[in-house]
Amino acid sequence: MKTIALIGMPNTGKSTLLNRLTGAHAKVGNWPGLTVSLLSARLMVGDQMAQLIDLPGIYDLNGYSEDEKVVTTYLETQHPDLIVFMMNATQTDRQLNLLSQISAKGIPVVIAMNMSDEAKTLGITIHAEALQAQLGIPVCLMSAKYGQGAEKLQQRMREGLKRGQVSNLNPQQIELAFQDNVQVPAQASHKLTERIDKIMLHPWLGLPIFFGVMLLLFEGVFAIGKPLQDAMNWLFATLRSEALEPLLSGLPSLLQGLLLDGFYNGISTVASFVPLIILFFLFLGVVEDTGYLSRAAFLMDALMAKFGMDGRSFVMLLMGFGCNVPALLGTRVIRSKGLRYLTMLTIPFSLCSARLQVFVLFIAAMFTTEQAPWVLFSLYLMSILMAMLTSMLFKKQYVNVDAFVLEIPPYRFPTFKQMVLKGWQEVRHFLKRTTRFIMLGVLLIWLLTHFPQSATPGSMDTWAGQLSHWMSPLLAPLGINEQLTLALVFGFVAKEVVIGALAVIYGQDGQGLIDAIVQNMDWISAYSFMLFALIYTPCVSTIATIRQETKSWPFTVLSVAWPLCLAWLVSFAFYQTATWLRLG
Amino acid sequence: MNTSLKVSAPQGEKLTLDQIPCFLPAKVIAVQAEADLTQRMAALGLREQCVVQVLRHASFGGPVQVRVGTTEIIMRLKDARQIHLASL
Repeated sequence: MKTIALIGMPNTGKSTLLNRLTGAHAKVGNWPGLTVSLLSARLMVGDQMAQLIDLPGIYDLNGYSEDEKVVTTYLETQHPDLIVFMMNATQTDRQLNLLSQISAKGIPVVIAMNMSDEAKTLGITIHAEALQAQLGIPVCLMSAKYGQGAEKLQQRMREGLKRGQVSNLNPQQIELAFQDNVQVPAQASHKLTERIDKIMLHPWLGLPIFFGVMLLLFEGVFAIGKPLQDAMNWLFATLRSEALEPLLSGLPSLLQGLLLDGFYNGISTVASFVPLIILFFLFLGVVEDTGYLSRAAFLMDALMAKFGMDGRSFVMLLMGFGCNVPALLGTRVIRSKGLRYLTMLTIPFSLCSARLQVFVLFIAAMFTTEQAPWVLFSLYLMSILMAMLTSMLFKKQYVNVDAFVLEIPPYRFPTFKQMVLKGWQEVRHFLKRTTRFIMLGVLLIWLLTHFPQSATPGSMDTWAGQLSHWMSPLLAPLGINEQLTLALVFGFVAKEVVIGALAVIYGQDGQGLIDAIVQNMDWISAYSFMLFALIYTPCVSTIATIRQETKSWPFTVLSVAWPLCLAWLVSFAFYQTATWLRLG
Repeated sequence: MNTSLKVSAPQGEKLTLDQIPCFLPAKVIAVQAEADLTQRMAALGLREQCVVQVLRHASFGGPVQVRVGTTEIIMRLKDARQIHLASL
């Protein structure tokens, strides 16, 4: 089978073209270099099947970035039969150097001049036929987003594969050909973008608008996502009580427990994330594809640079307050590995909505209505503080090697289809990669909390209970008793499980559970517990996502161990100081 | 960072990209950044002899937004300081 490689600068629309030609639905985004791993898809070119490979966007074939190494290595080792060189038709001059580097590789090239619609709006004239004749390389004007010129490109690819002709041009010849055949007016700028930016990037208004946009995004995802998530949970619970439980009632109770509390709970845990991930990427897609994300980087950089991060990290941290999982997936827009890892290390400190449920219960139990908002606020503050502290401490280890020089694309409007595809793609990716890991975590907790068989499930007599007992010397100095420790073990599955676990442990629910909490601890212990629950290990889905995204066990272990140590230190410091001051 | 690389600006002019007023077009006479940064800037269109224009500065000493041809770029002030200009 012939192979065709898609090469071009970031933000030229390679992924959009791949989607357009193959329907493989690769990720698309209006952010320089979004395409992550090597996406490929099969495509009929004329009468033969070819494999189309989307390489990461690069600026220079002799460059220093990881993406540039990926492309060089690919070309040297894989020897594709044809290169489709994607160009942004509105900015041809600065892409010619890369074009001459590519054409010197001795591989047939086809030039796809994308965004020809935008070029036309800007008053740029391109004489494609004459350019093709002068270069001796097939040239095709197109718009990958709207599909114009896609068929012509297929035809050019067919010709390119058939002829297998390599054009030997020096950089001067290439430059001359473009000078002769591409006319750019002296004042070519995106007028609408300029007008919008005057407001969106205004020195005083820019930041308030940014926070407004973020709030809207956040509200959008969670105001719609939370009921959907609840509905998904209800669906799985109903399916369980109405169909699965009666169906499995004949089985021995242990097997029943394994299937329902182990496997089925694992599946429903994974499923509960689906609505949130789809929505998150739908909304993030708008922010990204419109070009606002790079503007957010512009607005927030002054602050974030101090912590070794940039504005994009901030957007993801903020999204983490809803749910850490999609926020971690979203860090893919950051191309520098160091910066991306640093951001991923800080996201689990974001006080997600699952932890919020636990805190609301504890705060309602232990504090007055006047105190409650301040207590919650202090936890949010701690959450941000811990993220910043972590970033400060680790910024030397995870250095952002990529210079902060970013292209600001003009505002564009993503098509609805693009956005839905993106949301769906992310979910598919998440389900495929993380299900096994999450299932394993849920099963492990089921095993720990249901064995030995003689013990009441979830009680202190189970293995998990014994584990809590052994850990008590470690957690007692934090004012966290054995029952709460056991709840924290449960919390590993998902933070909101802590409440359910406490209900089982204390044998109470609703008001009874609140009373039990009040009887069993003072406010200092409760706050210390909340601090610990806020900071300690991320939930199993978050860990699975970190593992999936980094493919690095050492980093995954660090992302579990570091918060655990930090949680201990913070709770210890708080509990000991507060008790010493006799605040209780 | 790159003090070893001394390229002298035209006499009487020591203009860098972080200093010029907004919307005043100027010509790039030298990019004195590290090799990878210089290469990245060139790929974005920012190279010697090209005309550049600052569009705006972010608040609190944040990045600067510039236009080169039809491309708009943001960069931090410390990087903008490496780009030497001459007035047109």
